[in-house]
Amino acid sequence: MQATSPKQSHAGHAEAHHEEPGFWSKYIFSTDHKIIGIQYGLTALTFLLFGFCLMLMMRWQIAHPGQPVPLVGPLLAKVLGGVAAGGVMSADLYNSFGAMHGTIMVFLAVVPLAFGAFGNYVVPLMIGAPDMAFPRVNMASYQAYVVGGIIMFVSFFIPGGAAQAGWTSYSPLATSIPTDGQTFWLVGMIFLITSSLLGAVNFIATIIQLRAPGMTWMRLPFFVWAQFVTGFLLLLAFPPLEAAGLMQLMDKVAGTSFFLPTGLAVGGQLADVSGGGSPLLWQHLFWFLGHPEVYVLILPAMGIVCEVISNNTRKQIWGYKSLVYSSLAIGFLSFIVWAHHMYLTGMGTKISTFFQTTTMIISIPSVIILTCFFISLWGGSIRFNTPMLFALAFLPMFGIGGLTGLPLGFSASDLHLHDTYYVIAHFHYVVAPGTIFALFAGIYYWFPKMTGRLMSEYWGRVHFWGSLIFMNVVFQPMFAQGMAGMIRRMADGGANYSLARVPDAIGGLSDTIMSLHTLILWGGIGLGLVQIPFIINVFWSIKHGRKVTSDNPWDATTLEWQTPTPPPHGNFAAEPTVHRGPYDYSLPGKAKDFTPQNEPDQGGKH
Amino acid sequence: MEIPYTAQPRKDTGLYNAKVGIWLFLASEVMLFGGLFSAYILLRVGATPGTWVHGLLNIPIGTFNTAVLITSSVTVVLSWAALKVGNFGRYRFYQAITILCALGFLGIKSFEYREKFSHYEVWLNQPVTVTRGGQEVQTDRLLGHIEYQGHHPAFWSTKTLAEKQVESFKFTPDPIHYKMTPKEMAHARKTAAGRKAEEFEFKAADVKRLSAFVPGHSTYFALYFTLTALHALHVLGGAVVIFYIWGPGAKMWKTDPERYTNRVEVSGLFWHFVDLVWIFLFPVLYLL
Ligand code: HEM
Ligand SMILES: [Cu+2]
Repeated sequence: MQATSPKQSHAGHAEAHHEEPGFWSKYIFSTDHKIIGIQYGLTALTFLLFGFCLMLMMRWQIAHPGQPVPLVGPLLAKVLGGVAAGGVMSADLYNSFGAMHGTIMVFLAVVPLAFGAFGNYVVPLMIGAPDMAFPRVNMASYQAYVVGGIIMFVSFFIPGGAAQAGWTSYSPLATSIPTDGQTFWLVGMIFLITSSLLGAVNFIATIIQLRAPGMTWMRLPFFVWAQFVTGFLLLLAFPPLEAAGLMQLMDKVAGTSFFLPTGLAVGGQLADVSGGGSPLLWQHLFWFLGHPEVYVLILPAMGIVCEVISNNTRKQIWGYKSLVYSSLAIGFLSFIVWAHHMYLTGMGTKISTFFQTTTMIISIPSVIILTCFFISLWGGSIRFNTPMLFALAFLPMFGIGGLTGLPLGFSASDLHLHDTYYVIAHFHYVVAPGTIFALFAGIYYWFPKMTGRLMSEYWGRVHFWGSLIFMNVVFQPMFAQGMAGMIRRMADGGANYSLARVPDAIGGLSDTIMSLHTLILWGGIGLGLVQIPFIINVFWSIKHGRKVTSDNPWDATTLEWQTPTPPPHGNFAAEPTVHRGPYDYSLPGKAKDFTPQNEPDQGGKH
Repeated sequence: MEIPYTAQPRKDTGLYNAKVGIWLFLASEVMLFGGLFSAYILLRVGATPGTWVHGLLNIPIGTFNTAVLITSSVTVVLSWAALKVGNFGRYRFYQAITILCALGFLGIKSFEYREKFSHYEVWLNQPVTVTRGGQEVQTDRLLGHIEYQGHHPAFWSTKTLAEKQVESFKFTPDPIHYKMTPKEMAHARKTAAGRKAEEFEFKAADVKRLSAFVPGHSTYFALYFTLTALHALHVLGGAVVIFYIWGPGAKMWKTDPERYTNRVEVSGLFWHFVDLVWIFLFPVLYLL
C-alpha cells in the first residue's frame, strides 16, 4: 500500500521541498510502521516533557502557596490571563494543571510511547513481518492521536481554561463546572480512544496474521506477548469509557442527567436538570477502563525489561511460559478488579469483598513476572550498560509500587489511605520509576536499530543515576505525607489543615510533613535537570553518536536485529524463517554466545 | 517484502487480514454498546417509581423500521453471494436495495425524532383536573402539545418561556401519562378516541418546568436519543462504506476480484452488527 498522494499534500510547500519530493509522504503521511513508531515516539516524548512541566509548576505552588511562579510566572499571566494574575497560580489553574497533567501523562505520553511508539517500531520487526497488517489504519491512528492531543492542548487557552475535574473526571463535578474545558477534554478523549482502538485492532491482527514462518506462539518474544495482551485491554476496556464520555458530553452540551442525581444543587441552587442519573455509573465506567489502563501502562514496560534483561544477562529468560501465562492472566483479571478504586463510594460491603478478592488474586501474576525477572539475573554475567541499568532499576521500583498497592487493595486500610498522597506515591512508583524507566531502557536499547548509532554511555549513566535518585526523592516522601493524612488535589498543599495554621487541630499536618513539600520540589527540579543530558544525548547521537559496526550491536537473538540498519521499507530482504525460541543465549557447543531466531540448526535439535 | 494475506487466507488461522480486523473491531463495538446498555440497566433499576418514561414511542413505525433493516441484512447477504459466484450485476442490484433501506431507515428515524421535539411535558405548580380513562383525575404533570400565537413550537423549555417573555400559552393534553401502567394507558387511549381534547391556557407563572421530548427531558429520553443517534451514525457510516464499495470503489472488481469480494464481506459483517444492535434497541426502547 502506498501513502496518501504526495502531490496533494505537497501543493502548498512545493518551493520549500523541491529536491525531496517525497518528504510529506515519507515523514508526515507515512504508512511505514517504523516512521509511524518514531512519530509516535517524538510526539509522546514532547507531551511527557510538557506534562512534567505542568507538574513542576504545581509543585512550586504547593511548596509556596500564593507566591508567583519563578521564571515562567509572567508568561503564565500573559498567556492565561486572570487565572494566573501576577504570575500566581490560582486554585482553578492548579486544578486545570492537575487534571491535564494526569490526562497528558497517561493518554498522551506513556501509553503512546509504550504502545504506539515501541509497539509500532518493534513488533512487526520482531515477528518478521514487512509492516503492520493495515498500514493506512496505522497512519489514521497516529493522526487521531495528534488531533486529540491538539484539542487537549488548545483547551488551555480557551476562556476558563482546561478541564479541572481531575484525570478521572468524576461527575457531577466535571459536568457542573461552568467552563468549556471539560467539553474539550471529552472531545479530545474521543479522538484518543479512537486512535487506541485503531491501533489495538491493527496490533492484534498483525500478531495473529503476519508472524513469519516458524514464528509459533511460544516462540514470540515476551515483548510481543505483552503488546498482544495490551492490545486486547485497549480494545475491550476503552469502549465503555467512550460510552461514558459520550454520555458525559450529552450531560454537558444537551442538558441530560446521565450522571446527575435528582436534587443536585450547584452553588446553593437547585440545578435545572431532570435528575435521575447516577454519579456512581460514571465511576464504574471510568474504572472499567481505568484499571485495565494501568496494565496498559505496565505490560509493555515489562516486555521491554524482559528483552533487555535476557540480552544483557546473556541467558535464557527464566520461566518464559510463566511470563506468558501470567500476562494472559493479568489481561483477564484486570477486567474484574476495577471497583477497588471505589471502596469509599458506599457501593456496599458485598461488592467490596468481591473486588478485594480479585485484587489480591491479580497481584499473584504480577509477582510471578517480577520473580521470573529476578531469577533470570541469577548466575548471569551481566553487562551493565545504560539500557540494563534502567531495566534493573525497574525491578525494585515496580516492586515498591506493587507492594504498596496491597494495603490499598484492602478496604479496611484503604479507608485511611484513599485519596491521599499515599495513593499518588503508589501509582507513581509503578508508572514513573517503573514504566518510564523501562521506556528509557527501550530508547537506549533500540536507538542503534533506528539510527545506526549508539547513544552516549557516559551521559546515559548520568541520566540514569540522576533519575534514580531524584525519582525517589520526589515520591518516597509522599508515602509519609499520605499516611499522615494529607489529601491529594489540594491547591495549597494542605496548608489549611496544618498545625502551623490551626495549632490545636486533631490530626493536623505537622511541620515535618509540610516541609517535605520543599524537598519534593527540589527533587522535581533535580529530576528535570538530569533529563537535559538525555534530551541532548538523543538528538546529538542521531548525527554524532558512535556508529554501530554491525546490524546487531548488542549481539541479540530476536529478529529485529537481523535486518539492515535502519530497516528499509518492507523490513526484510527476504522473508525470515524462524527456527527457535526468542532467547537462545549461551547455548552450549555454539561458537557465539547468542543464536538468532532465524539461524537454522545444523542437523538435529539444539 | 509485501504484506501477505490481504486477499488469501492464512493457512493456520484460515482468515485473511481484514476479516480478523473487522471481528476485533466488532468486539470493541460490542463493548461500546455494552457500556451503554449497562448504563440503561443501572439507571432504569435505580429510577424513582413513576419517573421512567414508557409507552410514548410509535410502535408501528418502529416495527416497520425494524423490518426495513432486516430486509437490508438479507440483501447484503444475497449481494455477497451473487458476487461469490461472479454475478456482478446481481450484486449491484441487491446492494442498491441495501443502500435504499439504509436511507429509508434514517428518513423514518428523523421523522420520529421531529415528532418528539414538538411534544411536551409540563410540570405545574398547582394540580389541574383532567379526564383520563373516563375518570376525572387531579394531576400536576401533563403530556401534550403547545400552541403559541398560532404556532406549534419545538424545543421549548422553561428557559424559553422566560427568554421569549411568554405570558401564557395553549396546551392540549394527551389522554395519558407515562405514570400509568401500559394497561391503563391503552384503556385511556380507547376512551378518549374520537372525543375532542380538552384545552388549557397556562400562564408562565403556573409552570414549574416545561420540556419537549428532548434528551434533557428525562433519563429515558436521554438514553433513547443517545442510543438511537449513535446507532443512526453507525447506519450512516455503514451505508457510506457500502456505497463507496458499490460505486467508486467498484474498479477493484476488475483488478482484484477476490479482494473486492472480501471487502463486500467485511462491510456486510459490519452491517449485520448494526442490525443486531437495533434488534436489541427496539424492544428495550419501544416495548419495555
Ligand atoms: C500489583 C498490584 C496493585 C494493586 C494491589 C493496586 C491497588 C490499587 C488500589 C486499591 C488503588 C486505589 C487506591 C485508592 O484510590 O484509594 C490503586 C490506585 C492506583 N493504581 Fe494501583 N495497584 C497495583 C498495581 C498498579 C499498577 C501496576 C499500576 C500502573 C502501572 C497502578 C496504577 C494505579 C493508579 C494510576 C492509581 C490511582 C488512580 C487515581 O485515583 O487517580 N497500580 N491501586
Ligand atoms: Cu486499579
